[in-house]
Amino acid sequence: MKLLTHNMLTSHVKGVTKGYPLLIKATAVKVNEVEFNPQFVSRMIPKLEWGVLVQAADWLGQREDLPAELVSDYEKNDDFLKKVHRVLLEVEVIEGCLQCPESGREFPISKGIPNMLLNEDEV
Amino acid sequence: MATSSSRSCLQYLFHLAHDNLDFRLPEIKALLALRAKPFCPCENFKEKVPFWCLDGLSEEDVRSIMARSVCAKSAFELWGHGPTHTELRTSLLNYPLEKMKPFMHKDSTYRINVYTFNTTLEFADRIKKIDAMDYLPFEGTVSLKSPQHIFCLLEDYGTDPNNIPEHPNYIYFGRWIANGQRELIRSYSVKNRHFIGNTSMDAGLSFIMANHAKVKENDFVFDPFVGTGSLLVACAHFGAYVCGTDIDYNTIHGKGRSSRKNQTWRGPDENIRANLRQYGTEKMYLDVMVSDASKPVWRNAAFIDAIITDPPYGIRESTRKTGSHKDTSKPPDGMYVESHVPVSQAYHLSDIFTDLLNFSAHHLVMGGRLVYWLPVYRPEYCEEMVPLHPCLQLISNCEQTLSSHTSRRLITMEKVKEPEEVDSLAHLSNPRFSPYQGHNAFREKYFSGVNKKCGKEDNISEVNGQ
Repeated sequence: MKLLTHNMLTSHVKGVTKGYPLLIKATAVKVNEVEFNPQFVSRMIPKLEWGVLVQAADWLGQREDLPAELVSDYEKNDDFLKKVHRVLLEVEVIEGCLQCPESGREFPISKGIPNMLLNEDEV
Repeated sequence: MATSSSRSCLQYLFHLAHDNLDFRLPEIKALLALRAKPFCPCENFKEKVPFWCLDGLSEEDVRSIMARSVCAKSAFELWGHGPTHTELRTSLLNYPLEKMKPFMHKDSTYRINVYTFNTTLEFADRIKKIDAMDYLPFEGTVSLKSPQHIFCLLEDYGTDPNNIPEHPNYIYFGRWIANGQRELIRSYSVKNRHFIGNTSMDAGLSFIMANHAKVKENDFVFDPFVGTGSLLVACAHFGAYVCGTDIDYNTIHGKGRSSRKNQTWRGPDENIRANLRQYGTEKMYLDVMVSDASKPVWRNAAFIDAIITDPPYGIRESTRKTGSHKDTSKPPDGMYVESHVPVSQAYHLSDIFTDLLNFSAHHLVMGGRLVYWLPVYRPEYCEEMVPLHPCLQLISNCEQTLSSHTSRRLITMEKVKEPEEVDSLAHLSNPRFSPYQGHNAFREKYFSGVNKKCGKEDNISEVNGQ
């Protein structure tokens, strides 16, 4: 699971009113090189919850020097876009889980794929 | 519209493949829309013929459409046309010389092709047709192997193979500009794909869907019923970043039985990511997840440029969602409130479409498109059955016939308005959903039709009545 996906996911556990952001508990994290595409990163930035992205990168020990505040004029700032690119698309949670911040329900991540289904024991 | 006598702007001739006829016009229109160009056919335009003459385009527009279209075979700068060779000649001699000259000067090399639709000509006859064009001021040298310019004489002998006229109905002559992407149908064939399933979408249709959805470079594309990811493969080819979910854990993880004839179990690396890798587009892979399309796992934000999907109808794959049977009496707007409970519960087709349209209204960017297949029991079909949503405008609706009594329709919608509180509930009681109500409603009709093959069309109402 990439952090771009994490930024868009929320908990859908019954009765939960504040299910965003999901906590990440990772046991295996990988950084896969992905071709840098400044246009795509620039397009995605306005759709992100910036604070959540920084926090998620922090949890995984992958924040490096990603600034806490979104810089202005980022479209022209390749240096900055490369840092965003890295945390958005290259950092991947391979094993671990996502946890609902309110109910504590955990959604397992295995082989890089989150399982968002709720189980029968939650009837 | 410019007429042939007053050509201020060049006209272009599109040669379309004679299959998937319904899908061609929406494809070309969507590709034109990507260039912000209107569709301006010349006079006497007929949708179902293989040659279309279009106005108001630049060569650049035509090249970019050909770089995407799987419905078009090739495109030409139209120099002349007419119902007979005499009229073609008059038309060609009217074409401004200064527009021909750059392609005919004496240092150039060229070739003339003869193409006939609905008949084949002997080699000698084709040479005769080329020789008869000697009234054109060609000064260059012929080069069959690597000409700088290719010209084409195209003859249309109608569309009825049982009634081929002696002389063509219509003739065109033009300069070849570019070929379409028909080659993708072969190079992306599911026969050679690493990871497939029982319902993997045919390559040609996958590309048509991506085109109808106006998928473009750097888009975020999502498929909520992703299966083996055939649609994502097509979108990634066009430069979109792709993401998908499916309720089936085994499919997403590439486990379980193989869909291949001579193979029992899936191999260790059979998954969507490997499919993209096979075509060199792994960099476009975002994520896939095991998730239930009826549940709100995405935060409330409009971040998706295109939703392109083939929902399960219950024929070759089951329709299911998570949830308990206890709350089936609740209204079907449960998408945002309902609890999720045990594993599979029947997922009614009407709910699939309600959820899909609501989801699209909330998560598509403005102007973003939803493209999906709607199964249809043909004897009952009427346009009113196509689900509507106040925030989504119907763009096109194309039929692919599956059998005498069933078909599926490719529905394309565009988001035109941000949803308000009332919008998501607006059509829940809409009678147009009745054909899709009840679990396996379509499946029952599909198989009832198969079993009553001998029955006449009017027996079908009884079948429905049961």
